[in-house]
Amino acid sequence: MKKILAGLALAAGLLAPAAWAQDPAASAPVAAAASAPAPAADAASAPAAAAASAPAEAASAPAVVPNKGDTAWMLVSTLLVIMMTVPGLALFYGGLVRSKNMLSILMQVMVGFSLIVVLWVLYGYSLTFTEGSGASSPFLGGLDRLFLKGIWNNVTGTFENAATFSKGVAIPELVYAAFQATFAGITGCLIIGAFAERAKFAAVMAFLALWFTFAYIPIAHMVWFWPGPDAYTSAAVVEATNAKGGLLWQWGALDFAGGTVVHINAAVAGLVGAFMIGKRIGYGKEQFTPHSLTLTMVGASLLWVGWFGFNAGSALEASGSAALAFMNTFAATAAAVLAWCIGESLIKGKASMLGAASGAVAGLVAITPAAGNVGIGGGLVVGLAAGFACLWGVTGLKKMLKADDSLDVFGVHGVGGILGALLTGVFNAPQLGGPSFPVDWFTGTLTSADAYSIGAQVLVQAKAVGVTILWSGIVSLVAYKLVDMTIGLRVTEEEEREGLDISSHGETAYHK
Amino acid sequence: MKLITAVIKPFKLDEVREALSAIGVQGLTVTEVKGFGRQKGHTELYRGAEYVVDFLPKVKIEAAVNDDVVERVIEAIESSARTGKIGDGKIFVSPLDQVVRIRTGETGNDAL
Repeated sequence: MKKILAGLALAAGLLAPAAWAQDPAASAPVAAAASAPAPAADAASAPAAAAASAPAEAASAPAVVPNKGDTAWMLVSTLLVIMMTVPGLALFYGGLVRSKNMLSILMQVMVGFSLIVVLWVLYGYSLTFTEGSGASSPFLGGLDRLFLKGIWNNVTGTFENAATFSKGVAIPELVYAAFQATFAGITGCLIIGAFAERAKFAAVMAFLALWFTFAYIPIAHMVWFWPGPDAYTSAAVVEATNAKGGLLWQWGALDFAGGTVVHINAAVAGLVGAFMIGKRIGYGKEQFTPHSLTLTMVGASLLWVGWFGFNAGSALEASGSAALAFMNTFAATAAAVLAWCIGESLIKGKASMLGAASGAVAGLVAITPAAGNVGIGGGLVVGLAAGFACLWGVTGLKKMLKADDSLDVFGVHGVGGILGALLTGVFNAPQLGGPSFPVDWFTGTLTSADAYSIGAQVLVQAKAVGVTILWSGIVSLVAYKLVDMTIGLRVTEEEEREGLDISSHGETAYHK
Repeated sequence: MKLITAVIKPFKLDEVREALSAIGVQGLTVTEVKGFGRQKGHTELYRGAEYVVDFLPKVKIEAAVNDDVVERVIEAIESSARTGKIGDGKIFVSPLDQVVRIRTGETGNDAL
């Protein structure tokens, strides 16, 4: 897998570290030349250790030694994303259901997350983030890292590297695999909110395994897999190297931290699930009031904090790009909270706690694809727009769709994800404050305001959104059908009325 | 002997207890209840879903008292629980056949 070989075939660059440290490409994708010299100095000052991690094929070239700051930041980011899911998402969702179904949500999230992490280690990482072969390579990776084999050498104690967005900068591939495992895990768990309070536990797990394999893996590969900047060793190989990337990456679709891969992907699966599983008994007649908005607020806040790992961590380095993603995740989310509350005040007369928490999540969702791809002003607009749009998503759109998407997975993650993906194409424009990207990863030539076409980029973004909706929709439809025919998607009416805590798990959340 | 049952606004409980203590009522049982009367409920809005909450939280107090203090007890509750706004609650008076103090086995007025 070329991506892991970051820095291995770096001969040209490493021969003159000082020279490439000054190269704008070294700090791609965001122009932040100041961040480049640190890793360069590090790599240059530890030539002896560098040789240790060089595999046979590039034994002559000194390998990159990961910068400890980058590695530490990525380990912390990984932890933050774990915290987003358990407990963050679990509590955010859990507070929104009736008290008799609290544990079922906590269980589905915790066990679903665990299931996907195990599958990720077994085959998910390899199929997502290694280079595929033949006609399927734009859609699916290969088997080089099945069971994470070869990701480190237990005899020599050496660890493979994963590429970042800067030439000559790498992180241990194990860290990258762990970081990406958390993304796969939380994406599956997002879906759970759409069919909360009525799905069979075993059915949820079976669906998640199928959907992860046939929807998450290919879409993540299509959007995120590329050989890494160090693979661009000469002008001659640029085209061939580009061709090794995922389909949507080749199209030029921008998705910094997972607008398509995570949010649209999960939201479509959720919406299809809400239709396939059907409405909850008593929907529209009985009161389905959230049992604890306090826990929902706690969960939303944990999501917000954890999202800094999700978005800023997606820079893969402790760099200026990470800082930009960090500030956008901060400011856009705050703008979305304000927007949702203003919208509610104008329409309903009162701003609500659930509205503020939902606004935060809406802003976080929308800024996800944009985080390191837009300037601060663009980020604020994305956040504001998401607050209003997702408020419509859970009210107007929800009425039109007529599905019982229990916790508004589509209204928030679908609407916010699509909006964020499209606006990324707008505010990525250098003329609107967006960071400039290398258009050629060998020379490091950056996009210019003159060359950037907002219309063309938005079109690419829209195509990526369309592919994700179709792919996830079709896979979900088949997966739900398969599970329905084998396990059955729904609990019995009696079990649903009793509550899933008792009927599915034999426990009660709150003793009175 | 009479059993006085009153349903009052929850925040009036302390005032009612003080008023009853002042006239010598020795004991009181308090239950948190829900119900509806002429006071209308309210609506709650959760994202797109609007729910009408008909049953409002109230406090029910029960006191067993001697016949000769019934009028004073009613008056004490009435004056201490009143806000003048709709939803102040009601007082019910019913005859009480027997009272037994479990510890001593005393019955009737001695057990009050």
